[in-house]
Amino acid sequence: MSAVPKTAGFSSVSHPAPPTTNARARFNTKYLPLAATISLFVAMATLGSVLYTGFFSAQVFLNLLIDNAFLIIVAVGMTFVILSGGIDLSVGSVVALTTMVLAALVEHRGWNPLAAIPLVLLMGTAFGAFMGFLIERFRLQPFIVTLAGMFLARGLCYLISIDSISITHEGYSELAQWRLPLWEGASLSLGALIAIAVLLVALFVAHCTPFGRSVYAVGGSEHSAVLMGLPVRRTLIGVYTLSGFCSALAGVVFTFYMLSGYGLHAVGMELDAIAAVVIGGTLLTGGVGYVAGTLFGVLMLGVIQTLISFDGTLSSWWTRIVVGVLLFAFCLLQRLLSRRSGKAR
Amino acid sequence: MSERSPSLLVALLRHRLAWPLITLALLLIVNTVFNSSFLHIEWRDGHLYGSLIDILNRAAPLVLVSLGMTLVIATRGIDISVGAMVAIAAAVAAWLIGGSVSGTESRFPLPVAILGAIGVALLCGLWNGVLVAKVGMQPIIATLILMVAGRGIAQLITDGQIITIYYTPYFFMGGGYLAGLPFSLFVVAVVFAVLYLAITRTALGLFIQAVGINPTAARVAGVQAGRLIVAAYVFCGVCAGIAGLLISSNVKSADGNNAGQLLELDAILAVTLGGTALTGGRFSLVGSVIGALIIQTLTYAIYSLGVPPEINLVVKAVVVFIVMLLQSPEFRAQVGALARRPGAGALQ
Repeated sequence: MSAVPKTAGFSSVSHPAPPTTNARARFNTKYLPLAATISLFVAMATLGSVLYTGFFSAQVFLNLLIDNAFLIIVAVGMTFVILSGGIDLSVGSVVALTTMVLAALVEHRGWNPLAAIPLVLLMGTAFGAFMGFLIERFRLQPFIVTLAGMFLARGLCYLISIDSISITHEGYSELAQWRLPLWEGASLSLGALIAIAVLLVALFVAHCTPFGRSVYAVGGSEHSAVLMGLPVRRTLIGVYTLSGFCSALAGVVFTFYMLSGYGLHAVGMELDAIAAVVIGGTLLTGGVGYVAGTLFGVLMLGVIQTLISFDGTLSSWWTRIVVGVLLFAFCLLQRLLSRRSGKAR
Repeated sequence: MSERSPSLLVALLRHRLAWPLITLALLLIVNTVFNSSFLHIEWRDGHLYGSLIDILNRAAPLVLVSLGMTLVIATRGIDISVGAMVAIAAAVAAWLIGGSVSGTESRFPLPVAILGAIGVALLCGLWNGVLVAKVGMQPIIATLILMVAGRGIAQLITDGQIITIYYTPYFFMGGGYLAGLPFSLFVVAVVFAVLYLAITRTALGLFIQAVGINPTAARVAGVQAGRLIVAAYVFCGVCAGIAGLLISSNVKSADGNNAGQLLELDAILAVTLGGTALTGGRFSLVGSVIGALIIQTLTYAIYSLGVPPEINLVVKAVVVFIVMLLQSPEFRAQVGALARRPGAGALQ
């Protein structure tokens, strides 16, 4: 809820991206984080290709998509929420809840996956809509509402079962094993295809629909959006509904990947998603950012992991430290940019 | 809320600590009803023994972290890295003490280990504070950085292992007793007393509220908002560090991955339950202590009622939703309008 005073405003420059007269400077500032992300990604990929044999292959890069398909989907939903000036901490637990309900329905109740998947998608969407309703209707802070949603979804997972439920349904594992063969033996999984589809739809929604424009407007200034007669209420509820749907879809993709439902799946995924969105160049104050940037944010996280696993001598926790450092660097970049554009006034 | 009732009961109910206290009392009553020996405290093995003592002892780290969090939230901030700071402090303490199995040796003297752990936590808090106050990042994002990287750092220190601590004197902090009471209670009491005196006897409390209510106005009025905010985060870091010491001393090990997991959420919940608004400004230290006790009593009740402990998260979620709604002026207004229509002003 961007009506809550933006807490970044302790220093003398509070609100970023004021109108600048110089269109060219504005263009540069706007695209700089995105450009930085893409060049860093290319640099890291090049570094990996030079350092490690076997890194530079189509499959390694397609694996970035395959291994991070669920994260891409979650991060796309998160992008819309952050663009609107909010935050959604419940995504990881909604992913876990989706895997849990899906596994329980398919395995314990003997449901057909084709019936269970729409149901869990609906459930995630409704969950998001409920949180969006609370945030919009009662002017609650998105942070705390989605925090409670996070508790709730995780708790519900454990109510279903404390243990992991593995999915043994035959058709399901076939679906999970299915690969779309591309050139030279490289292939893509169903999850990766879904992620790409979500990405394309999200690009369209963000840049070519009234809803997308409203999201940017609300994130830029909710007050102005109200005065402009934009459907602020619908937009705010909409972004959380969308994020809920994306989380549920990511949960479905996650079961393709893991073939199990577990309450401890996707712990901390909300942090990865937020990190990906920030690294992708979306301003956390809302209103500025790109869905395409989020893709590169996720790919960046993926390439770091791949680099660390290719290296072999570095332990897995270095991933977290590197992600933290990257997050810091990009937040700093954002601050410097908004500070400079503030002075350019 | 416009109508005024002069009766004492209403005045008491209007007190900001009334609802937290009523919640705590209700939880205690529920516990007593289902477990008749709940309130029973006896002298055993040279110290007091009983459910209440147990709750107090287990709540100690949460109370500490909540105190730090209260100050941060009062300045309009939030610190979601406390769990990671707890893990870092525990890891540093465990490393400084070393893995000698004999139980009497430590790599460095105990005071060095304790000060080292607290010092590292202080630096973490300073980092958060500088990012928020000097760089101007949003608090949630500034602390998110440490939350993500912090567990990695903690695992780096412990080398990805759970370090078991064998050095016996270290266990006194989280598991020892002084004058019949758990030693951790004295730690909490000292921190609370120092903070309370600083807030009520100096202008510090006023300054913090001023910064929380309107940072710009506070700066114009001559309050050094930046320094104050940095100090709040530093204090929060120190509290998390001490909590990390208590936790690692109590479980006799340091786990970089799981120590203090979800503690940030519990602490925020405790502060909210205690009546401090997340929008900053007005805050209540006593309220946060009560909030932390409510959470621990709730956990205890869930365990003692025989409800599966997994439901704990669901109950907490429901509690957060209810408290949030009660704190929301819009919700109050709507419920008030609903309640007034039938002519009964039962609510509020």
